[in-house]
Amino acid sequence: MLLAIPLAWLQLARERVRLFVALAGIGFAVILMMMQLGFQEALFTAAVNFHVNLKTDIVLISPQTTTLFAIKNFSRRRLYQAAGVDGVESVSPLYLDFGLWRNPQTRKTRQLMIIGFDPSQAVFSLPGVADYLDRIKMPDVVLFDENSRPEYGAIAEQFKAGKTVSTEVSGRKITVGGLFQLGASFSADGNLITSDLNLLRLFPERNLGLIDIGLINVIPGKDISAVIAELKTLLPDDVLVLSKQGFVRFERNYWETSTTIGFIFTLGTLMGFIVGMVIVYQILYTDVSDHLAEYATLKAMGYKSRFLYTVVLQEAFILAVLGFIPGFALCLGLYKLVREGTSLPMLMTADRVITVFLLTLIMCIVSGVIAMRRVQAADPADIF
Amino acid sequence: MSAPVIAIDRVSHWFGRGRLRKQVLFEISVDIYPGEVVILSGPSGSGKTTLLTLIGALRSTQSGRLCVFDRPLKEASTHQLEQVRRYIGYIFQAHNLLHALTARQNVQMALDLHADIDPNVAYQRSVDMLAEVGLADWADYYPQELSGGQKQRVAIARALVSHPKIVLADEPTASLDKQSGRDVVELMQRLAKQQGCTILMVTHDNRVLDVADRLIHMEDGRLSTQAQGGGNARPMLSEKPY
Repeated sequence: MLLAIPLAWLQLARERVRLFVALAGIGFAVILMMMQLGFQEALFTAAVNFHVNLKTDIVLISPQTTTLFAIKNFSRRRLYQAAGVDGVESVSPLYLDFGLWRNPQTRKTRQLMIIGFDPSQAVFSLPGVADYLDRIKMPDVVLFDENSRPEYGAIAEQFKAGKTVSTEVSGRKITVGGLFQLGASFSADGNLITSDLNLLRLFPERNLGLIDIGLINVIPGKDISAVIAELKTLLPDDVLVLSKQGFVRFERNYWETSTTIGFIFTLGTLMGFIVGMVIVYQILYTDVSDHLAEYATLKAMGYKSRFLYTVVLQEAFILAVLGFIPGFALCLGLYKLVREGTSLPMLMTADRVITVFLLTLIMCIVSGVIAMRRVQAADPADIF
Repeated sequence: MSAPVIAIDRVSHWFGRGRLRKQVLFEISVDIYPGEVVILSGPSGSGKTTLLTLIGALRSTQSGRLCVFDRPLKEASTHQLEQVRRYIGYIFQAHNLLHALTARQNVQMALDLHADIDPNVAYQRSVDMLAEVGLADWADYYPQELSGGQKQRVAIARALVSHPKIVLADEPTASLDKQSGRDVVELMQRLAKQQGCTILMVTHDNRVLDVADRLIHMEDGRLSTQAQGGGNARPMLSEKPY
């Protein structure tokens, strides 16, 4: 059937303007869906970027903690208790707090998250942290997250230019001793890393005995889940024992289920889907209506209704494929724009490409099936 | 004498339902034989087109007996109707060509229906058929680039390319000027005679009546017959009195 006439394609190609409008509409729907899903995933990824980059096997948190943003502290003794469990290699406490950073250029203040830990232990695998770890052993020296929002000032640029950057955090003068990369998230627009002692200098009301996150490393080769099980029996209910993946899931789950974010972006995706469906339906319906007399003629010649249904479905399929390609190409550019403009980890994944393509396909096929009903009007007996 | 290709016996037809039900055909009976050129004339609304759509298997027969190629069309399934249609060539008042296809592709659509015809053969036959209707140089043009007479000739090529046993034509000259209309009808007649196929043409164009072997006149859903003067009229009519 290679030489048979590709009626669906010829009919679409004959109406250039209509084809262009259809492709623009579908491309728009593709962009809408791609952006919504991309934003959602980027926000969730940003929310757990901190967790993913912790060098740890097991995490202790307070059972009252719901998210990084609303963390409750608990006694350091629980962490030391955990250190005695068979299979545990090392433990280290992590302190988190939120302080007001003064932009050295504009003198305006803005809240950011400050992470404090013992600098003799590298608890982060974030780019930059290991290079500057020694510097935060000095009093009032901090590392600045160069992926923070620009409202904090041109810190990274000045630091890289060799200048000494000093400013205030919560009323105390500090010096930037280095840079790292974490990125803005729901919890914080910017981040600082410093030593546990420096954190205490910033927040004198705190004491080292109350920690926010306990990190536990297991001896390589030991079964982590067995250690977790033992910790759960050993430790009382005032701490929650989580694996590292569990900790990541815990945070992500909070944003997915306890906030409207998932709903908002799913709704946005759905809107794109519906807009696309309406456009494709309109185009196909008009196309079928315009060809009604021709379709009736084909029926009179002996073509089955099924042949005409197939033509409509083929048109839907062609529109889906042709509309997806420019939409996808534009999205790559838009993703880049978002990455550069917002510091969000907006990345195109194969999963999303497949998901959106399938959505586009379903969108077009469903419209095609609805538009197919119009073919039934092509009754040769009524037309002649 | 051979058996009729179209045998119509007391066929009646109604449109509408309930109180609006209206009879448009009244006990029509007529036989049409292979190779005949029959013209069906009559005023508007006399039921000519309805009769044509019944013969063309576009509607199912409601009452009476209607056989095309010895196949009864009454109570025929959709599938059977579709099968019958493939052996009938249609020429409509409006040419009804597919605008997205060239003249050659339009003609080939009639052959693509027949799965046993190789696409290469179908291509060649379409080109040859266009040459026969005098459009050899126009095969790759789209319908909107052709004149009214040319379009109707493409429609004739499409109707005849698969060598149908019956050609049904519904006012094929209605939208054409005198000369083009005459050319089109003569072309139809010549090709049909070559292929030995039967033509049943609905028209009230008096200028073309002389190509017919037989004239059938219809009025108010009933037949009244007249033998055609010019041709070798054969009064093989089997209408019942009504």
